Amino acid sequence: MTLKLRTMPREEAGVVLTGNDGDGSWGDGFRGGGGWGSSLPAGKIALWLFLATATVVFLMLLSAYTVRRGGPDWRSLPLPGILWLNTSLLMISSGVWEWARRSSRRRDPLTMRFLLVTAGVLTVLFLSGQIMAWQQMSLAGYFLATNAASSFFYLLTALHGMHVLGGMVAWGWTTATLIWHKNATSMIHLRIELCAIYWHFLMLIWLVVFGVLWFEIS
Amino acid sequence: MAQPASKDEVHVEHTGHHEPTSLWSKYIFSQDHKVIALQYTITALLVGGVGMVFSWLIRLQLGFPGQFSFIQPENYLQFVTQHGMIMVVYLLTALLLGGFGNYLIPLMIGARDMAFPFLNMLSYWTYLISVILLFVGLWDATGAGWTLYPPQSALPGASPGAEWGIRFMLISLAVFVASATMGGLNYVTTVLQARAKGMTLMRMPLSVWGIFVAAALALLAFPALFVGGVMLLLDNMAGTSFFIPVVNLFGRQLGHEGGNPILFQHLFWYFGHPEVYIVILPAMGIVSDIIANRARKPIFGYKAMILSILAIGGISFVVWAHHMFVSGMNPYFGYWFAVATLAIAIPSAVKTYNWLLTLWKGNLHFSTAMLYAIGFVSTFVAGGLTGLFLGNIVVDVPLTDTYFVVGHFHLVMGVSAIFGIFAGIYYWFPKACGRMMSEAMGKIHFWVTFIGAYLIFFPMYWLGFSGVPRRYYSFSGIDTLPPSLNGLNAFMTVVALVVGAAQLVFAFNLIWSAIKGKKASANPWQATTLEWQTPTTPPPHGNWGPNEPIVYRWAYDYSVPGADEDYIPQTVDGVPARAGAKR
Repeated sequence: MTLKLRTMPREEAGVVLTGNDGDGSWGDGFRGGGGWGSSLPAGKIALWLFLATATVVFLMLLSAYTVRRGGPDWRSLPLPGILWLNTSLLMISSGVWEWARRSSRRRDPLTMRFLLVTAGVLTVLFLSGQIMAWQQMSLAGYFLATNAASSFFYLLTALHGMHVLGGMVAWGWTTATLIWHKNATSMIHLRIELCAIYWHFLMLIWLVVFGVLWFEIS
Repeated sequence: MAQPASKDEVHVEHTGHHEPTSLWSKYIFSQDHKVIALQYTITALLVGGVGMVFSWLIRLQLGFPGQFSFIQPENYLQFVTQHGMIMVVYLLTALLLGGFGNYLIPLMIGARDMAFPFLNMLSYWTYLISVILLFVGLWDATGAGWTLYPPQSALPGASPGAEWGIRFMLISLAVFVASATMGGLNYVTTVLQARAKGMTLMRMPLSVWGIFVAAALALLAFPALFVGGVMLLLDNMAGTSFFIPVVNLFGRQLGHEGGNPILFQHLFWYFGHPEVYIVILPAMGIVSDIIANRARKPIFGYKAMILSILAIGGISFVVWAHHMFVSGMNPYFGYWFAVATLAIAIPSAVKTYNWLLTLWKGNLHFSTAMLYAIGFVSTFVAGGLTGLFLGNIVVDVPLTDTYFVVGHFHLVMGVSAIFGIFAGIYYWFPKACGRMMSEAMGKIHFWVTFIGAYLIFFPMYWLGFSGVPRRYYSFSGIDTLPPSLNGLNAFMTVVALVVGAAQLVFAFNLIWSAIKGKKASANPWQATTLEWQTPTTPPPHGNWGPNEPIVYRWAYDYSVPGADEDYIPQTVDGVPARAGAKR
């Protein structure tokens, strides 16, 4: 009797980015009542809300950048060329996530596993590339406090990198679950979809940040 | 789906997690929204007590200057800074969103818990860490004011001894932003996704509407504080020059150059102004529900109330620079910010008239909760009207650095918000603890606090008109100020201490009533909303027992003509027996 009120299995109402709720299952955004809320899974709503919050973070930083650029001491910055390579790595990674999302619709666990590992490796390469860019900058004599442009460069890349690291936590969880549980549940499919959306967001934000930094030189 | 084998399995099926059995998981690391709400409430009230002690210390110096050797200028500035930050962020925001948001959202929309119980628990513990960090910083001075304006806040030693105090405050704020973001995601998602059958958005109680919009504002406003705080911390500790121009400190040229202090003000107030509404919108919602219940009348203009909440929330993002009229800006910007600021008066006035018209010819029950709700309307008007003065640039310029502003914001968002909190605590205490609060102690608490608040803050308008500057440690040697200033300041200080003593009555009432209070029935206020229709009081883990509530009507069916009783709960189906009343 009581179960009839539930219109949706737990897996479909699931979410990725929460934590373990103490009994081995993940806090999965269960629904109240007959579910008169949105038909979107709770995890997807929360992800979009989080993307809005993170967008404001970068919007504020870029506005501050634009204002600070008008300062009397502003000197532009030679950006390391490795950033172009990093940019393409992140774009390919985002594309691989999209591929994984589509293959997860076709319930193709083997391809999914391969794609997830590939996306993770590409992202780790992106982060390593960003650290190399920092090394090149500091070898060229540009440190965090050298001038305002270098301060913004380090701050923007660091905050973006931290968002990528947060994504890697979700990636690790999803990939581990996929490998350990041979029968991919619909929970996994939702997680892959949320990760794909998040990686597209990471790529878009990076393109904007990189574009703003690069136009500074030309 | 297989038939569940045990009661516990049914439970897990419904709530997504097991009912906690050990003391540890039930009261400490709990994922139950009701327990987390109480954790938030108790922590925030204790932190608010510390903030209140700081206000006494400020008042002692102002009322009896030079009489207390332990209040030196740097201590005084630290008290001002900590008092402001604690009250706005760590008390009001945490209690209204973390406390009331957590308790009321699932119960009022008919959900079994928050959408993400684990994230909810994490939000509270992150908040607690931010509080601990803030208190660790108390051993060092923080003389920047709660607005943290650079360069003072960014230069170690700019105010005597201020070094690690401000750093701990900035780190604590960054942690608090993380906590508020986790909470905000949860509150908004839960309202959007977990409402009971029949609970449309336009049937939700206004408390939920207020908290819902405030949580959305928090998600969009706190990032600006985070960004500004991180940049300020880098300026302070890593030698960057985001906000610090060329500075010559005590004859020593510092390494900074070209920074823009006004930039920080923009970032701060882009957060700071919506923050005002983050604390006042939930209070407005709570007050709306209590007034309707205690007047036994439907809330007047329900849709207008919701539209006003949305309008206030929207406009709050485009008025921030009215805090900066004297910082210097393009006159056209100033014009825009003044117009937008005055425009906020419209939805605010709509809400005020709606409260008054709800009270009009109502069957008024003056319980303590109702007194505080009416007190809220009163102080909101007394403080809000002076906002119209300050929104005009020409009036703001001479008044902005005087006590006029202190009186304005304390009445409109400090006292009002805390009155909303008191109203809510007196109203929902029976549901949370299963016992009634003492009305006698409540009335003493209310009348001393209400009259006292006016006696403290209303004279500040006169002080402001007389040109008494705010933030000053001492007024000695300023011969343009009226000599009566000292007597008035001493009077306000004595009142502040009396009001402080009344808060001890409140604290005692909370503890005494939780243990010895009269047993509460399931629905002592005869309210319509879902939280009063739970199977037991306090509600069980999972809130609703085996059957979730089904909602058939809006939240304000009070005194429906022809109905048997003067209220019809939201869970009652059909037309009342002897009536042709509308749903």
